Amino acid sequence: MPSSIASGKAPISDEKRRGPPLAWVGWAFLGLIGAVTVAYIAGKAWSNPVLFLQNILDGLKLGFVYALIALGYTMVYGIVKLINFAHGDVFMVGAFTSFYAVSRFRLHQWPSAVFPGIDPTVSVIIGSITVVLLAMLICVLLAVTIERVAYKPLREAPRIAALITAIGVSFFLEFFGALPFVYSGRFIPYKAPFPTTAWYVQDGIHPIVSGTASPDNTISFSNIFLLIAAASILVQVFLQWIVKRTKIGVAMRAASYDKSTARLMGINVDRVISFTFAIGAAFAGLGGVLYAIAYSSIWSQLGVLPGLKAFVAAVLGGIGSIPGAFVGALIMGQAEALTMGYISTPMRDAVAFAILIIVLLVKPTGLFGEPSGEKA
Amino acid sequence: MELGYLAGSIVKLAALIGWIYGLLWGLGRPKAWQKAVTIILAFGVIQAAILAKFGDIALFSAFDQGLLIQACTMTMVALGLNLIYGFNGQFSLAQWGFYGIGAYCSADITYRWTSGDASGLLVAGLGTILGALALFLVGWLLKKKRGVPVLSAFTFYLIALVAAGFAAVKLGGALSPLLAPYFGSPEAPGVLASPLALQIVFFLSIIVAGAFAAEVSFIFGLPVLSLGSDYFGIATLGFAIIVKTLLVNSDTILPFPEMKGGRGMIGIPKLTNWIWVFAFLILVIVIIRNFVRSSTGRATLAVREDEIAARAMGIDVAKNKLMAFVVGSFVAGLGGAIYAHYIGFLAPGSFDFIQGYNPLIIVVFGGLGSMTGTIAASFGWIFFLEGFLRVLLGQLGSDAPSWRLVLYPIALLLLMLVRPQGLLGTVEWGFFKDGNNPIGRAREKLSAAVKLKGSGTKKEGE
Repeated sequence: MPSSIASGKAPISDEKRRGPPLAWVGWAFLGLIGAVTVAYIAGKAWSNPVLFLQNILDGLKLGFVYALIALGYTMVYGIVKLINFAHGDVFMVGAFTSFYAVSRFRLHQWPSAVFPGIDPTVSVIIGSITVVLLAMLICVLLAVTIERVAYKPLREAPRIAALITAIGVSFFLEFFGALPFVYSGRFIPYKAPFPTTAWYVQDGIHPIVSGTASPDNTISFSNIFLLIAAASILVQVFLQWIVKRTKIGVAMRAASYDKSTARLMGINVDRVISFTFAIGAAFAGLGGVLYAIAYSSIWSQLGVLPGLKAFVAAVLGGIGSIPGAFVGALIMGQAEALTMGYISTPMRDAVAFAILIIVLLVKPTGLFGEPSGEKA
Repeated sequence: MELGYLAGSIVKLAALIGWIYGLLWGLGRPKAWQKAVTIILAFGVIQAAILAKFGDIALFSAFDQGLLIQACTMTMVALGLNLIYGFNGQFSLAQWGFYGIGAYCSADITYRWTSGDASGLLVAGLGTILGALALFLVGWLLKKKRGVPVLSAFTFYLIALVAAGFAAVKLGGALSPLLAPYFGSPEAPGVLASPLALQIVFFLSIIVAGAFAAEVSFIFGLPVLSLGSDYFGIATLGFAIIVKTLLVNSDTILPFPEMKGGRGMIGIPKLTNWIWVFAFLILVIVIIRNFVRSSTGRATLAVREDEIAARAMGIDVAKNKLMAFVVGSFVAGLGGAIYAHYIGFLAPGSFDFIQGYNPLIIVVFGGLGSMTGTIAASFGWIFFLEGFLRVLLGQLGSDAPSWRLVLYPIALLLLMLVRPQGLLGTVEWGFFKDGNNPIGRAREKLSAAVKLKGSGTKKEGE
């Protein structure tokens, strides 16, 4: 008898050593795709390194904005396991709030209107910060209202009901925004609350005089890029601090781990969820203002694609993970910018989602995700 | 005027729902001749309504006919999605992408045919046939080696499909000049330019479009269906976006100048009429119903309820999911093909993923896993949103129709809050009832016997 067990065991260990048959084919296929992509981009970069660097910079700009939106997705999904489709539209509302504050009510000039003698630079800085804070506040109120009205009653319902509700809320915001007396369905030019300055790099950094083009073959960047990068990184640090060091952060992590146990430990889970929605919406509002300033055109469906791509970024980085969302967003930004630069502008959406599908196939938990059966 | 129109529309909608009930009831009769009579009657009633005219006013105006055709195509798409999502539990947003693929594929075939070029039909037809052969061949070869990982299997299938497509392009390109003389000139049209030939080509183009969508769904679903539910959903959303992007670039990135990219494809022959629509509607209803009521369909339901338990019962879960996905997409392709030849103009904007939520919302409205609910919701959806809401709001002013897209999310939210299982839940009518197949009858007899014995164990309904 023992010999038969031993002989029965032998093929199993043999099987384990060899692994599943033909597994190399799939990896070779993916490797081929990766190698061709890398070779193509490297060839382009070699032939024109300056253009390549410029594309990378543009990708960073996009990626930092996506990072701001992706935070809201990743935190909400981490706690309530809901793809909050309305998040992208909250982002749109942030952009429109700042548009009305700047163009209609000239809120960005209030310091110089109230204190006539003030230094104009200081006035613009304080005014712009006010506009951003107002947009963030409106977004927070909106998101908390949505959460209370639409999502909270469905917390115990099947997940699909909440998902359909999220789609419904998203549609409502988009099409209500498209009504003629709200935002109208047209593209609206957006005027930044502060003047734009750009610099180019050629033996040192020189400002671009307005009205003239930057010299050929130079990299240029603007104060908007610096602002977006600084805001995005600051938000990351701030959020890390909240989640790791504060009481509400501990409560958030506990709620995302196990809601019912967290409730037993005396955590008000409903308040934690509301707080999560609020903080995500605040950063989405900030992102909306920055996006509108950077791309200077807004409309009522502005939030749809950036929102989806930010969600993809969150999935890419491992949903529920905050640094993952940041890294995923930067990767998405690069992928889009390089596609726009080297393949074709309309293909950017297709490439972004193709990357998502490939990443999900290779590592379904995302880059920073913890391997857990519950997430799927 | 508005009130009269509203009342008329409601009467028409109620009559159509009654018509659906009658059709399903008749199809559910046991005898074949009863089914045949039902089909002829159901067809005849609508045909008569289309032809009937009281003086100047048609009972069923051209607008209503358009709505009816749209409702039928939407029914096909939504029934397919109901199979994927309602019966198999795979949250898919790709259905609209397959609808677009079917629409563009068949439109391209007939468009080329009417301009005297048989290459569309030859390449697409040969491509789907060779592709199917290649897929079966690879599947047969892979079966011999057990446990091949999904990614490797995908690679083999993809290589086979690309090879088949390449062969079809070469072969079709070589064959189509041979057919060119039979088209004749505009003054003396040849055999192939006759209306009868065009109708046959139309039929073939619909089938080819469905088969093409099914093959695309196979190659896409094979790796993606192995993901979890939410990830599968977002990947299918990505698929819908990729399809739309490719359609926008169909004249630059894809080699189809006649599709004209984002400007939209014009000049598609408007061949769809009530006969075709009805025939394919019945076909789709029968396909989906028989699929769900077959042993594969029961396995499909088992997979939705509990994948692990289904696997323990010996069901090949991956294969089962893939089969439901492919059948659902095939049906969507058919719907797209019929829609394309009704509307005569295709723009990528109508295959946007935002529109793609529509079939999903219809399926949820009608009740997940209720085929009757899906059909009723499709009709209600088209007639409500496209029909009288657009016309009625149009009476109020030029901006008012945009309100309809504000009202329907509100309706959706209210439905989700009040009745999350959908309007009809899992209610089925006539043909779709469980009692209409031998196993269902046996089950009913069994439960009746159990009740007679008075064991009192209440079995949970499905």
